Order: sequence, then structure tokens, then C-alpha cells
Amino acid sequence: MTESTDWPLWEVFVRSRRGLSHTHAGSLHAPDAEMALRNARDLYTRRNEGVSLWVVPSAAITASSPDEKDSFFEPAGDKPYRHPTFYEIPEGVKHL
Amino acid sequence: METVTAQDRTTAFDAAVAADERIEPRDWMPDAYRATLVRQIAQHAHSEIIGMQPEANWITRAPSLRRKAILIAKVQDEAGHGLYLYSAAETLGTGRDELLDKLHSGRQKYSSIFNYPTLTWADVGAIGWLVDGAAITNQVPLCRCSYGPYARAMVRICKEESFHQRQGYESLLALSRGTPEQHEMAQDAVNRWWWPSLMMFGPPDDESAHSAQSMAWKIKRHSNDELRQRFVDICVPQAETLGLTLPDPELKWNEDRGHHDFGPIDWTEFREVLKGNGPCNEQRITQRKRAHDEGAWVREAAAAYAAKHDTARHTAQAGAAPAAATAPLHGEATA
Amino acid sequence: MTAPTGTDRTAAPGTAAPVAAAPVTAATGTGRPEATSATTGTDPATTAAALALGDDALVLSHRLGEWAGHAPVLEEEVALANIALDLLGQARILLSQVGDEDELAYLREERAFRNLQLVEQPNGDFAHTIARQLYFSTYQAFLYAELARTEGPFTALAAKAVKEVDYHRDHAEQWTLRLGDGTAESHTRMQRAVDALWRYTGEMFQPVDGLTTTHGINWPALQGSWDQSIGETLRGATLTLPETPRSGAWAAGAGRQGLHTEPFGRMLAEMQHLHRSHPGATW
Repeated sequence: MTESTDWPLWEVFVRSRRGLSHTHAGSLHAPDAEMALRNARDLYTRRNEGVSLWVVPSAAITASSPDEKDSFFEPAGDKPYRHPTFYEIPEGVKHL
Repeated sequence: METVTAQDRTTAFDAAVAADERIEPRDWMPDAYRATLVRQIAQHAHSEIIGMQPEANWITRAPSLRRKAILIAKVQDEAGHGLYLYSAAETLGTGRDELLDKLHSGRQKYSSIFNYPTLTWADVGAIGWLVDGAAITNQVPLCRCSYGPYARAMVRICKEESFHQRQGYESLLALSRGTPEQHEMAQDAVNRWWWPSLMMFGPPDDESAHSAQSMAWKIKRHSNDELRQRFVDICVPQAETLGLTLPDPELKWNEDRGHHDFGPIDWTEFREVLKGNGPCNEQRITQRKRAHDEGAWVREAAAAYAAKHDTARHTAQAGAAPAAATAPLHGEATA
Repeated sequence: MTAPTGTDRTAAPGTAAPVAAAPVTAATGTGRPEATSATTGTDPATTAAALALGDDALVLSHRLGEWAGHAPVLEEEVALANIALDLLGQARILLSQVGDEDELAYLREERAFRNLQLVEQPNGDFAHTIARQLYFSTYQAFLYAELARTEGPFTALAAKAVKEVDYHRDHAEQWTLRLGDGTAESHTRMQRAVDALWRYTGEMFQPVDGLTTTHGINWPALQGSWDQSIGETLRGATLTLPETPRSGAWAAGAGRQGLHTEPFGRMLAEMQHLHRSHPGATW
């Protein structure tokens, strides 16, 4: 019971205005999700920075490991045909 | 899979720093880099939290409702900035409780400037102009610090703090142009805060223990003396507009250097205050500890309630998961 | 009628007296105009109502400001300051409707303030602050919702403030639940706070004439809503609704008539001393 009264850590995501995604703003401590939302509101939107908030327990996030970044991300680097600039189109062709 | 050797990691880290890339929480980093960052970010966070006290000292006596609102908002920002910074420190695998413990037990420091008392209302203005001014001079380069979470916290802080300095200046200006008593109050405050503000940049470069390594790691971007000089050069014309005098008879423009010369700083005083012998060291820590200790039952109550009700069903189990150490967005302490 | 308490009673015209009858006087001898001279041309009942609401907000924001640097957890420093700033903003709008905000805040004597005794009560521990917040923000939420809904001199202010106040109420309710249903210690402290401040809650439902005549506030209905909401929150928090009298004959309407509790004078002394030390200065 008494081994820890530390409040867990939460990650805060803020939608700055409608039409935009939530982006990570930072973290904070709160005893539970409801208080985490309120603390996030007070801390991360007190200058009118947001219209919507997400809070996620930090421990619930699974992240890719920096050690695996070569196998995760490098294979995508040599596939330029996924990008529109890969293709040559004669001048004057419109709406393409 | 080939194994990543320690040598590879060091090389990759050095290359990233050299290329001005950001180091992120889960990247490998030298233990000393991590330790330096934790020390610096914690000290910075502690300074924000302790720094609330000298200004909060005047909230209940603010002489107009407009000034009162400004001051509450400013002191609130300092709490907020402390929180941003503790959260940056936590990405290095050190929990806030541990950092607060170190603050309370004197094992980590905060900026010595807050060991000076706010004796009159004008001190609030002088802190805004000089202390926040010095802090901003120090902090703007930190927005490009090599450690990502610290740099991002500083971007946010610098953006928010721009009002702090301006309100201080405006407040001092009102006093300086007010009644003779108000003018005198403003001059007295500037007399008392000028030298401690210059000390905020830290010891001279040739005596600074951590500077060289921090510069190499791009945690720090400019030397103490360089930033101090920049601050003096900024303040001199601002003081003229205020109609106040900076308390340094040796202060004068040096055409050859393109900078202002200024008198010697009393480093004995700096070291004494740092050692704990400043006017308010004891008082500041005592109040901080008292707030923390007297708040323990509140924090316990909220944790107990969460455990009972498991609100929203996904409360990260307090106690079972010391979040900072296991959170994947955050680094694992290697020490 | 010669006993000191008798004098007080004479000064406060009792529960039947309309709030508007209480004079608003600024301190004399300050070299500044009387607050009343700066008032706009609204009728006295509306002026008195603006002062009642404005003083509530002003005094409570001051008390919350005292928490700065003392809160039980850093996140709560930010939360309490937010509430204090909302209230201070409301106070400034309301006082400015009546006269010069600083003259009214800094140059009136204790007896000219029209705030509820509840809001001037010292912070105590965090439980007392939360109980005070719960009682007051629930009152303010219902009252301002009515003011926003009805046409009158306070419609615009209330429409803006009601959103702030709803958040204050939510904050107080969340904490009441956690303290009441947290640990044994927090439960004891919260119950003690709820009990201790109960006696100041009756005053909230003494009609403020300027709100009755202009916005048609139904005070018994307001009290009914308040009772129900507070009852639910306290029960949810495993706390017991106090059964002691919520205001004695003496206390009824007291703050609204300019009769305050002893700590209020000290609060004002601290709040006003710097402003009063420099008559006529601008800051």
C-alpha cells in the first residue's frame, strides 16, 4: 500500500485546432485518467493552445527501439517509385 | 544480426551531435552526458519552482488588480515551466520524486538568485526585467540544445517567458516615472538585483567546471562570459529608457571591444550564497519542504482513490509501475 | 442597545433589510474620490448586486492566490492559479461596472465589502480550500447559469463566466471525491472541512435584491438545486451532509450587509497596505 504514492506519468496530446491531428505536447503526473485530463488542460492549454486533449499512461505506449531503426526504417529508403516525383510526364499534361 | 559495439554507439552519438542532430530519449548516450543533462535540467526545474517564492511573496500585496493578475499568471507560469522541465528530466529515466528529494535534501541546487529576498514591490519588477532577462539570455541558446526533450521544453518556455520580462520592465517604468517614493523604490531594487543577476551566468569561463564538456556536447552553446557580456550590453540602453542607474561606476562603452566594460563581480558573495549562506537559502527550502510534506496526505488520498476506483479502467498502476523507469517513450537509466 | 454586539446589529439592518440599503463608502482621508462618486448611473440595487458578486470573486481569488508556492502538488499550483485568475477577471469586470476597480478593491474599509463570509474564510488545509470551493462554485454555477439565461445587467458577464465556473465546480467535485473517498486521513480532514464551513452556506441564499428585480432569481429554487448537487457530491465522496444549522440568526446575510469575520480584516490589511501607502500613485 505505502510503497509508492507517486502518481503515474501520462503523455499529453493536444489538438491545437479543428482539422489538425493531436500532437504530443509533453507529460505530467496524475493519479488517474480524469485528473490527468484536467491537469493537461491547466498545464498545456492555458494559453488557448488546444481544442481537444488526449492523455495516455506513459507505460501503455509501445515504442520502436532505436537499435532497430535500421531494419525498421531504412528499407523504405530505396523505393522512390512510391513518390510522385519518380515519374516523368511530358510537359503540358495537366491535372496529373 | 551483427552486434552493436560500444565503439559504434559512441561514434554514432558523436556523429549525431556533430551533425547538429537531436539526441532523443531512447538513443544510446554516454553516462556522463545523461548525468550532466539530469543535473542541469533538474537544477533548471528546481529554479522555476523555488523561483515562485520570492514573487509569490507579493501576490497578496500587489498594488493594483491588473498587477495582481499579471503576477499570479507569471508565478503560475513558473510552476508550469518547472513541470515541463521535470518532464524533460524524466525522459532520462529519473522520476520527479527523486529529483524533488534531491532538492529538498540539498543534493541538487537551484539558481542562487532566488536566495535573495523581495523586500519591496519594485523587486517584482526588477526580477522581471533583470532576473528573467538574464534567464532568457541563458535560455534562448538552449532551444538548440542537443537533447531533444530539453530543447523542446525550452522552446515552449522561451515563448511563454517573453511576457515575463516585458511586464517587469513595464512595472519598473511605471515606478520610475511615478512619485519620488516610487522612483526611489525602483532604483533601490535595481541596485540590489543588478549584481546577483550578473552572477546568474555562472563563474568566469576560466573557472567554470563543466563548461568545456557541455559545449562539446552542445548542451551549452555559449560561454558564461559571452552571455554575461551580451546581457550587460542589452541592459545599458534599457536602463537609460527606464531613467534608472545601474549600480556600477565602471560601466562604460568600450569602442575598441564594441562592448560595455563593467566592474568586477564579487565572486566571494556568489560562492557564499551557493554554499547556503545567502539571505534566504534556509527559508526557501524550508517552505518547499513544508508544502511537499503537508501535501503528502493529498497525494496519498488521490492515489488511494485511483486504486479503489481504477477510473477509466486503464490507470497505470501506481506503485507497481514506477512510470518513469518503464515508460517506453522515456529512457532507461543506465546507472 | 449599548452592548458592542448591539451596535453591530444596528449597523447591519438584519436579514429583512435589502442589500441595496447598505451604503458603499470608500475610505476617507485618502485624497481620492469616494468610490460612489465614480459609480455609473445604474440603480442602487444593481450597484449593490455588482458589488456582492464582484467582492465574492475578488476575495476568493485573493485567498486562492495565497496558495502560490504552497500547493500539495505542482499540478495543483497551476490549477489553483487558473481559478484565481478566472475569479479575478470576473471581479474586475464587476467592480468596473460600479466604479474604479482599484478604488473599490483597495480603498474601501472592511464594512463596505459585500462578499459572503464563506469566501473570506482562511485557506486552512487543502480540504478546507476544496470544501470552500465546492460550496461556492456550486452556488456560483447555478446562479450564473440563471444570470446568463435571463436578460439583465449581468447577462453578458455571466455568459462568459459560467464556463469558467463550471470548470471550478468540476475541479472542486473531483477533489471532494478523492479526499472524501481516499484515505482514512483525507476522509477525516474532508469531513471536518465540510462541517466547519457549513455554517457559512446559509448566507448564499439570502436574496440579493439587485438580482431578484433584474434577473428574477428565484432564491429558494437556487437553494434547492444547490442542496441537491452538494448532497449528491458528498454522498458520492462517502461524506456526511452536515446537519448543523447553516447560519445562525446573527450570520444570516452578514457578509452581504458588510459584517465580516475577524480574519477578513487582516486579509484586507495585507491586500490594501501598499496601495494605501502611496495615495494617488499609479502602478
